[in-house]
Amino acid sequence: MKRMTCPVNGPRAISEFVCGGEIRPMPDPATCSDDEWADYVFNRNGSPGVKREWWCHLPSNTWFVAERDTARDVVLRTYLYAGGA
Amino acid sequence: MPLGLLRFALSKTHPEPRMFTRHDRLKPAYDAVIIGGGGHGLAAAYYLARDHGISNVCVLEKGYIGGGNTGRNTTIIRSNYLTPEGVKFYDESVRLWQDLAQDFDLNLFYSNRGHFTLAHTDAALRTSRWRAEVNKHFGIDSEVVGPEAVKKAAPMIDLACGGHAPILGALYHAPGAVARHDAVAWGYGRGADRRGVEIHQRTEVLGIDVAGGKVTGVRTSRGNISTGKVLCAVAGSTPRILDMVGIRSPITIHPLQAMVSEPVKPWLDPILVSGSLHVYISQSARGELIMGASLDPYEVQSTRSTLDFTEGLATHMLDLFPFLSNVKVMRQWAGMADMTPDFAPIMGRTPVEGFYLDAGWGTWGFKATPVSGKTMAHTLAHDRNHALITGFTLDRFRNFELTGEKGAASVGH
Repeated sequence: MKRMTCPVNGPRAISEFVCGGEIRPMPDPATCSDDEWADYVFNRNGSPGVKREWWCHLPSNTWFVAERDTARDVVLRTYLYAGGA
Repeated sequence: MPLGLLRFALSKTHPEPRMFTRHDRLKPAYDAVIIGGGGHGLAAAYYLARDHGISNVCVLEKGYIGGGNTGRNTTIIRSNYLTPEGVKFYDESVRLWQDLAQDFDLNLFYSNRGHFTLAHTDAALRTSRWRAEVNKHFGIDSEVVGPEAVKKAAPMIDLACGGHAPILGALYHAPGAVARHDAVAWGYGRGADRRGVEIHQRTEVLGIDVAGGKVTGVRTSRGNISTGKVLCAVAGSTPRILDMVGIRSPITIHPLQAMVSEPVKPWLDPILVSGSLHVYISQSARGELIMGASLDPYEVQSTRSTLDFTEGLATHMLDLFPFLSNVKVMRQWAGMADMTPDFAPIMGRTPVEGFYLDAGWGTWGFKATPVSGKTMAHTLAHDRNHALITGFTLDRFRNFELTGEKGAASVGH
């Protein structure tokens, strides 16, 4: 069974978690162009590699950051969000 | 003993021609290069040579032909989609499928079974009705049927699904079929090879040269090629190729898993899909049950399968068919699916001149093999998107014009 370590609740089965996608800076919708906004809404970095992602431990509703290698399918590090994109 | 077999005994070398020729080296230039030797790439090569007279083409495959998602899907063919764009496109594909074995002179084991999409909730029934109406409008054989029709077609089913998800009805699609997926790749490969296309296996693309917004060549693990046209047909690896030409896309990669049971005597004729239980099942000509489920819920670029998947799928399968509890799982596997936000593919021209995309095939690509090959060949030959794929272009994400196909393309909703 795959596991994910919640920074608050410790290692749990990965089925208890949901992935919220890669952490990405949001352009200012008031000032950015339509193309920049469409790029933010739809486009993603789909290539394999180490990514910083939002994850949530559902039973405790704890949102945190996971650094995950999507090519090797391993979680490198998890921690609570401390600001910044 | 048939005399034909005697040749094999007497000959020191294999006396029959192989499915396709092995070429020792790449030529320095081709009219077009196709990246990806799966069904889609080989089909595009086949139609380029057959219908457009462009045969100075090479197909580059990192592994072996048909070893990616062409050989990893659950082989279901249908056209009961939701959007007019999708319905017309997949309907053309079903039409092509029906003559394909004749075309190739190769048995594809194309088997017309009928396809039920089970509805366990009012909402699912409503979507079924919606799909049936869109389908009928375009002349496709789809209708909403009651639970008794499901029971008649699959007598072993538990209509109550153990009591917690009773079947209220289904979308029935008579043309639903299955085919032998490996043979599709071989058929297209052989047909392309005979018309002069070169297939290069174990040849990895390392880079694509772009000058002044135009494709000029491809760098591979076996040397460099100069070409003005490149088709990218690499399910599961699309973002890596797009990085080489600097195009951004919404594609992310999720594994899709499947499994087969040990062979059992024939008992299931139709193909059954349940959106609520997230499963689909059909029985192969060999008697194995071919079963699939929804996507793994997060991005992974690997084809390792998991125990969670087997457990989850088996549990839901037993809801539908309790008598399967003694049947063993024989093997399981995973493929990497190019997922798009609207569950429709991404096809056609791109901002880089001469670079064409046949991607975003998520969990719905196998059934589209013939039509995607045909429309992409047309698109490459004329440098203009084929009329059937204009709803699937990459710039729909720039123009906020999505082709919402989720209700018909997947079981994970």
